[in-house]
Amino acid sequence: MGSPGTALVTVNGQPREFGEGITVADMLAELGLRPGMVVVEHNRRILERASLASTEVRTGDIFELVHFVGGGLIECRTFR
Amino acid sequence: MQDIPLTIAGREFGSRLIVGTGKYRDNAEMVSAIEASGAEMVTVAVRRVDLDRSKDEGILHHLDHEKIFLLPNTAGCYTAEDAVRYARLGRAAGLNDWVKLEVIGDERTLLPDVFATVDAARTLVAEGFHVLAYTNEDVVTALRLEDAGCAAVMPLASPIGSGLGLVNPYFIREIKTRLTCPVIVDAGVGTASDACITMEQGVDGILMNTAIAQASNPVRMARAMRLAVEAGRLAWLAGRMPRREVAVPSSPTTGMLS
Repeated sequence: MGSPGTALVTVNGQPREFGEGITVADMLAELGLRPGMVVVEHNRRILERASLASTEVRTGDIFELVHFVGGGLIECRTFR
Repeated sequence: MQDIPLTIAGREFGSRLIVGTGKYRDNAEMVSAIEASGAEMVTVAVRRVDLDRSKDEGILHHLDHEKIFLLPNTAGCYTAEDAVRYARLGRAAGLNDWVKLEVIGDERTLLPDVFATVDAARTLVAEGFHVLAYTNEDVVTALRLEDAGCAAVMPLASPIGSGLGLVNPYFIREIKTRLTCPVIVDAGVGTASDACITMEQGVDGILMNTAIAQASNPVRMARAMRLAVEAGRLAWLAGRMPRREVAVPSSPTTGMLS
């Protein structure tokens, strides 16, 4: 496990480390994502946008951050 | 002559052509092709954000959301469970509660798993989704999907990306005759004549992606498809002459010189 005070999580299949006690909204900010740009699935449950700032990131959490695309070449950011 | 609009789940569309947004060489070409196609509805897929390219700006903000309706699809799903998961994620994006349901059953042909499709359709309809279900050209499955509450049933012309055109016009006509909900032919159209022949069967619309995106000139092909869909629709509304096994002269046979 990582150093004390860190949360080891999986984001889109990749291992990631964040400061302990940060919220999902903080995590998105660290990843350079605006909350309106993505849909967050947290341990297989969709996280409502209103809950992003009140949900803590904990070791072992699995996140999927998704958005709409048109295909392999295209990035479509239309989430509000 | 005025046609009635395509109406799905109470929403009216002036164009009977629906296009996908995948496989274009670049975003500018996709936007130009969509404009040339006249489509008012385009499909989009739900995928992971690329964490290493999180600053990328998207393309759909170039599309006029007043004019273009975005239809989230479940492309690439192989189980009912996955399709339902993708549909829920698409709805959580906050655009609408529609989904183009696609559950693939075979990698080589990309033919649908119709059992899983019916299962997923029931689940999604119960959750309040407007489901447009991709299926094969089987009449019984189409009836089951309508029975499950689908807003539209989308039988294939031929396998996804094959460009083989309409291989079973008889069954497509039968599906259109038997169903009350809109029938949109989805997948397999290769060129404009395929689109025209498909619309001449009396179906309500066509969804295509590869035929436009992978044409040498997608923008030209998009316009060709627009015209072909309109031509096929008009021809069907006009009612074609009967086929005859013998010739019938089109000039008077009287008044000939002796």
